[in-house]
Amino acid sequence: MHSFPLPRIGTTERWLMAVIALMCLFLALTTDSFFTLVNLFDLLNISAVNVIFAAGLLVVLIAGGIDISFAVAASVVQYLTAITVEQFGGGNWAVGFLVASFYGFALGALNATLIWRFRIISIVVTIATFNLFFGALMFFTQGVSIYDLPDWWLDRIILVEFDTAIGFAELTLPVAVMIVVVAATWFLIRRTTPGRQLYAMGDNPEGAKRVGINIAGMHYLAYGWLGVTAGIAGLMQAHYAQEVVPNALYGRELDVLAAVVLGGARLGGGRGTLLGAFLGVALVAITQNGLNLLGVSPYAFKMIVGAVILAAITLSGSGMTALLGSFRTRPDRAPERAAS
Amino acid sequence: MSRTTTSPSARTASLGGRLAALVPVGEIGGLLLFLALVVTGFSLATDLFLTGPTFASIAFQLPELGLLTLAMLIPILSGGLNLAITFTANISGLVLAWVLQANGGAEAGMAAFLLGAAAAVAAGALIGWVMGAIIAYTGAHPILVSLSMMIFLRGLGEFLTRGGDVSGFPEFVREIGHGWFLGIPVPLWLLIGCVALWHLLLSRTRLGLTIYMAGSNIEATRYSGIDTRRTLMLVYTLSGVMCGIAGVLMLARFNSVRVGHGEAYLLITVLACFLGRVDPFGGFGRALPVALALLILQVIASGLNLLGANQHLATALWGVFLILVMVIRYLWAGRSARRT
Repeated sequence: MHSFPLPRIGTTERWLMAVIALMCLFLALTTDSFFTLVNLFDLLNISAVNVIFAAGLLVVLIAGGIDISFAVAASVVQYLTAITVEQFGGGNWAVGFLVASFYGFALGALNATLIWRFRIISIVVTIATFNLFFGALMFFTQGVSIYDLPDWWLDRIILVEFDTAIGFAELTLPVAVMIVVVAATWFLIRRTTPGRQLYAMGDNPEGAKRVGINIAGMHYLAYGWLGVTAGIAGLMQAHYAQEVVPNALYGRELDVLAAVVLGGARLGGGRGTLLGAFLGVALVAITQNGLNLLGVSPYAFKMIVGAVILAAITLSGSGMTALLGSFRTRPDRAPERAAS
Repeated sequence: MSRTTTSPSARTASLGGRLAALVPVGEIGGLLLFLALVVTGFSLATDLFLTGPTFASIAFQLPELGLLTLAMLIPILSGGLNLAITFTANISGLVLAWVLQANGGAEAGMAAFLLGAAAAVAAGALIGWVMGAIIAYTGAHPILVSLSMMIFLRGLGEFLTRGGDVSGFPEFVREIGHGWFLGIPVPLWLLIGCVALWHLLLSRTRLGLTIYMAGSNIEATRYSGIDTRRTLMLVYTLSGVMCGIAGVLMLARFNSVRVGHGEAYLLITVLACFLGRVDPFGGFGRALPVALALLILQVIASGLNLLGANQHLATALWGVFLILVMVIRYLWAGRSARRT
């Protein structure tokens, strides 16, 4: 398992980089605030939570599943963590990460149990748990937010700071956590045997079962990993927003899912890279940031982002290939296509 | 796993056989028993349940949910999913509202309404056709395509309405949504007609057969000489048409259009399909059991409402209920597999 090819940048990732570069160039020329350190650092600070979510979701997509319940699960984890650390008498970051990871894993494991033990398709399970988590959270909290969080959770931690002409440019804790989560996820899926087995299972579940991969364990690994990253993302989001609001993350799952798929992860499994997921989140974030700087009505944001995602899915690598009909010449596909 | 495979094209000679084919007792018996249980349970729980107003409200509320469920049914039978149904219906409603307002708003005549309704259904069909074309020609996953279409349509709707209500329609539109005809509410007539249409389409037409075939095994269907791309495009176009009809009905029922209205129905339409014994992987399922499942769910919704259940608690219960239905399906399938 040690002869991995050198990191190569895939077609989707190259396309995304080209599009992002063009957009950045355009925004740098048309607005005077886009290409400043303050704005770029802000983009990173704001996107960090989504990138953490995206890293976790990527693992589930690679394994051939889908999850739309993770964002509301993160909201549940925020509440449970806030209540638990209060019981511990305050706690600190170490306790916070541990508790959030534990609750996140538990919620992910619930999804994995339903999907694996009862053979329910993952979209149906997570539609159900999405409603269960959100409904229960809103019911038990009565929609009340928590502002009274421990000091360690709320204090802004600034890692890097530059004093520029238009203000302070700072990188905050969520960016560091994002880097750690992405690195850990990279190590999992690229450097460990279970990680490679996730790709195998996503690509061909029956084949994976026959070579003796522990399919049940893979389910708990994938959904548990997403649960842990979602829990950590929830912790970071509350840190960034300085409060725990029950419906703050509602709807985030679609943005993250769309961004990860934009980055080349395939629904159906077996394909996807962290670079692609990161670029997908970046593309959506830069689009929104650019529209904002260009003074476009916020009401048009979602429409434009939706159109970008729809176009990207239509024109993504495999879609284009299928449209042009060149799949017939791909040697790896030749045998199964020969009959047509 | 064994399935009850009632061939959709079964032609039985005797009248009794035909009736049995039309109303499969085994499929429906369990649901009827369940309906009886639910009705008994609620009538014991509250005296308000077994009264005229309750049944009238069920009869008026069922059609919106029912039309959206029919819109969900055909994509699921074809092996896909259409997550954009509610927002397609919202956009169709906006088209009708626009035609009415362009023709005098509250003074608009019946002709303007009919024109607007036709335009609304055409808009729904167009949206469905676009999704179908993307799914059929690029091979992108239906979940992703309909998800990104949903994000786009929600953005479009919010952009067009600025997040508010559109209202100010002629009085007769409201009467269409609240009127009675031959002792049965007008919306219910519409639903009955559409269920009959879908039943005939699925069980008596060539297209219906190809939808089942595509849902069972799309590659085998393609090799048997059926234009599966055309089938998929028709599937999503028909789904869009049904969303358009639902959009017209929702406008008439509420006398206003609001983007996001009916969003909560998405889970319940999926639930109704699976409770009505539709196979989540496509290929198996019938319109009539789904209609019965729908009635059960509407009775439960109205019953919970009468009992004064919190709206968020109801959301959580729907999630639990969907999980239960899927778990019971799994256990049932395992039982019959062991028996044979």
